[in-house]
Amino acid sequence: MSDLKQELKEKIIEQLNLEDVTADEIADNDPLFGDGLGLDSIDALELIVMLDKDYGIKLADPKEGRKIFESIDTMAAYISANKA
Amino acid sequence: MKNDYYIERYSQIRDGKVSVNGNIIFQTLETNFKSVMKAAYKNLIIDYPKFFKMDNLSKLGFLAAEVLLKDENEKNMAMVFSNRASSLDTDRGYQDSIKDATQYYPSPAVFVYTLANICMGEISIKHKIHSENCFFVNDEFSPEILSSYTSQLLDENKAKKVLCGWVDVDNGKYNAFLYVVAKKGTFVHSDPEINRLYKTTHE
Repeated sequence: MSDLKQELKEKIIEQLNLEDVTADEIADNDPLFGDGLGLDSIDALELIVMLDKDYGIKLADPKEGRKIFESIDTMAAYISANKA
Repeated sequence: MKNDYYIERYSQIRDGKVSVNGNIIFQTLETNFKSVMKAAYKNLIIDYPKFFKMDNLSKLGFLAAEVLLKDENEKNMAMVFSNRASSLDTDRGYQDSIKDATQYYPSPAVFVYTLANICMGEISIKHKIHSENCFFVNDEFSPEILSSYTSQLLDENKAKKVLCGWVDVDNGKYNAFLYVVAKKGTFVHSDPEINRLYKTTHE
């Protein structure tokens, strides 16, 4: 699980172009949106694409993303439980 | 065209140089577009992380506007931009990302930039500008396209000032020339003068 969390941090930094942010600076329970990493709605869509492309997980309802993308912890748990 | 409008100041980004009113305020030996943009951003001490999420055209327009508008208080400012390649630089990248039906993962973050006028939207968001805007696509820089519409906007009190110019990016080549038109200023707002400023900064 810790490998997956590290992988997610690196993917998010690269795919969402988070300049000047390192994986070490993202705590597993940091909020990804709002006051945390400050991601926006387009980033949320990009994360949905990432789940599909890299982990074979399709979100039928984009509203599910609100809970799944709360933090690295919640993303990793969801991917582990649903990975194709 | 009325000649009672003036150009307050102008900026240019080309060949690794950023200038305002012909004075270079930043230059780098980098030749790669993204490296030039990043170096300019860092050097000009701009704190706006969303910059790195923008496409190439928006980055170029954003920086060219930033050096002109950083001390600007007028929010009733229209924008009249032009270029040759529209958003083709980004369109091409987006097309490449979806051409393989077996690897069909369109990127929302890229797609939102597949319109040239998004560049003006990014500038509007940063500077809280709510006004008219228009983006013309033309084979080459043409002052008359910009000046006639700009004068009309000012004549009809649609805006107090107009940010105008040329912002073009395609295949690593880039060229930005922006200027602010107002009722007072340094240079006469006329086609020959606009052309002179454009060419002066390109020699």
